[in-house]
Amino acid sequence: MAQTAEAVREQTPPEPPPAGPGGPGPGRRRRSVPTPYLLIAPALVILALVLVWPVVQMVWNSLHSYTIRNLLPNAPAPEWNDFAHYRRLLSDREFWTILRNTVVVCVLMVGVTMVLGTLVGILLHRLSRWFSVTVSVGMMLAWATPAISASLVFRWLFLPERGLVNVALDRLPDWLVGSGWLNYNWFLEPVSLFGVLITVIVWQSFPFIAVSVLAGLKSIPHELYEAARVDGAGGWRSFWNVTFPMLRPLFALLLVLQIIWDLRVFTQLYILANSFQNKSVYLLSYYIYQQGFSASPANYGMGSAIAVVMTVMILAVTAYYLRIMIRQGETR
Amino acid sequence: MTATTGAPTAPAAPRRRRRAPAGVLVRRAGLYAAGAAVFLFSVFPVYWMVATAFKPVGEIFSKDTRLFPGTLTLEHFDRVINGQLIPGVRFWEFLANSLMVTLGSVAAGAVLSLLAAVAVARFRFRMRGAFIILLMVIQMVPAEALIISIFINFRRFQDATGMQMLGNLSGILVVYTAVSLPITIMMLRGFVAAVPKELEEAAAIDGAGPWTVFWRILMPLVAPGLVAASIFAFITAWNEFIVALTFLGRSTEEYTLPLSLSYYFGRFGTEWGSIMAASTLLTLPVMAFFLFVQRRMVSGLTMGAVKG
Repeated sequence: MAQTAEAVREQTPPEPPPAGPGGPGPGRRRRSVPTPYLLIAPALVILALVLVWPVVQMVWNSLHSYTIRNLLPNAPAPEWNDFAHYRRLLSDREFWTILRNTVVVCVLMVGVTMVLGTLVGILLHRLSRWFSVTVSVGMMLAWATPAISASLVFRWLFLPERGLVNVALDRLPDWLVGSGWLNYNWFLEPVSLFGVLITVIVWQSFPFIAVSVLAGLKSIPHELYEAARVDGAGGWRSFWNVTFPMLRPLFALLLVLQIIWDLRVFTQLYILANSFQNKSVYLLSYYIYQQGFSASPANYGMGSAIAVVMTVMILAVTAYYLRIMIRQGETR
Repeated sequence: MTATTGAPTAPAAPRRRRRAPAGVLVRRAGLYAAGAAVFLFSVFPVYWMVATAFKPVGEIFSKDTRLFPGTLTLEHFDRVINGQLIPGVRFWEFLANSLMVTLGSVAAGAVLSLLAAVAVARFRFRMRGAFIILLMVIQMVPAEALIISIFINFRRFQDATGMQMLGNLSGILVVYTAVSLPITIMMLRGFVAAVPKELEEAAAIDGAGPWTVFWRILMPLVAPGLVAASIFAFITAWNEFIVALTFLGRSTEEYTLPLSLSYYFGRFGTEWGSIMAASTLLTLPVMAFFLFVQRRMVSGLTMGAVKG
């Protein structure tokens, strides 16, 4: 579908627009000029008010002392605080730990998802059709599960004493996995909790990568692989010399999307951590929410400052995404 | 399994004979084993959710965990649907809230994004490039980062106008509509662009007004795209959590399904049968739609990255 759209779009540009800047006809012009603006106006207004304006406000909030008290009736306006939030963040060791954990956890999620997704995509391409479809339908189930349901299931799977994973590890011989698994609580320490979190995220996101890579693989002419095989390339070399260069734009796009989706993970952590008490298992989005809605008093200024840090990270990745999209002519 | 698939290929494809047949068989067995492992990994948590939902309480609490339920029971579903996830509020009310806010935002989003998509695909205007780039950037900035500012804005708006936006469904309906707009506009834009312009021009020559052209020519051809984009928006809104969590606060009778589930988990964290039954009910509609829309979803998200 996207391909046909692409083809048509590429044909349209040469046709001069009726409402171009050079178009003289005054009568026609008056009628056709406002149309596109009228059409985008409703969407633009709602986007500007609900999503764009808050970006500006987020920056403003982060530069002022702004707590829930400023929302009370007749409360004074928030005061400029001379970058106090940022200065506090810079010297706050907890913040640096959370930032580091966010980056590490995100890199692990993205890395495992991309590698597993690509391998599964290649695998699906080589399986017989009915088996490939069966596996794909199975993967759809994982992909379709809402974040809340998925997190609850994994919390249940890894539950101390009764969770299936704990029971299974307990039943395995001790020399293999060690003992004491039955009562092991995965949700107390950062390493084990993030391990479960990464598993949930990978479980939910690898199907998208796999299906996209499969679609990409189908678009590569078979002759290229034949030629590589004649030249004596094995599976590994033909991946790096044929598949990867051919699918480079796709991989770049998937990587960007995955990074952005994994940086913002909130719901899964909210269920797995199940409270705001243990600061060592926070990630950035969790910290933002905690500052804004769970701390007492709710500190909107501080939460916004953390949100600015997160947004800057995401915009850096988005800049790369925009470059890909502009190169592919998506903005034309 | 491997013997039957291996046997017929050997005479049919003489080229294969150059390699050792045993090696081919082993490799094929390996591929199928890997495929089976991927299938199990994907399906197992879903299976476990459903299996737990049908297990009697005694079996869930038993130390002797079994992979397959010994007896099946509907007691958890009965408890979730006829009992109360949150004291004083029935399951149907959460379902109604979820449906209302989801369908409302999907309908509003469909109209807004169709209009914008027609503008972007059919007209060349000065702000066009800027608008597309704005959509791409906005699509990336997460609600998790904006949530504080969005909340404050709605709170101020509510205080200034007296219109209630927090603690009821109207605020989250507006936010959900806005959040899925960038993606649905970009998806629809491709569908609109794929409709040949000549078709519309021919109709116009035959005397059809712009409105007739829109309903009679464009709409039927864009309809599949509109369905795909709407389902995408539906899934986004149906699953959304953090905005509902912030906006609805303690107004439990306004909770959407995901929120009621998280609330129930917070209070009755040991009732795994009911939690899994409710999770199953939450998951079912999404799965149905997902299987339906899956292929378009991939092409919508990766847009032009896959080219033949």
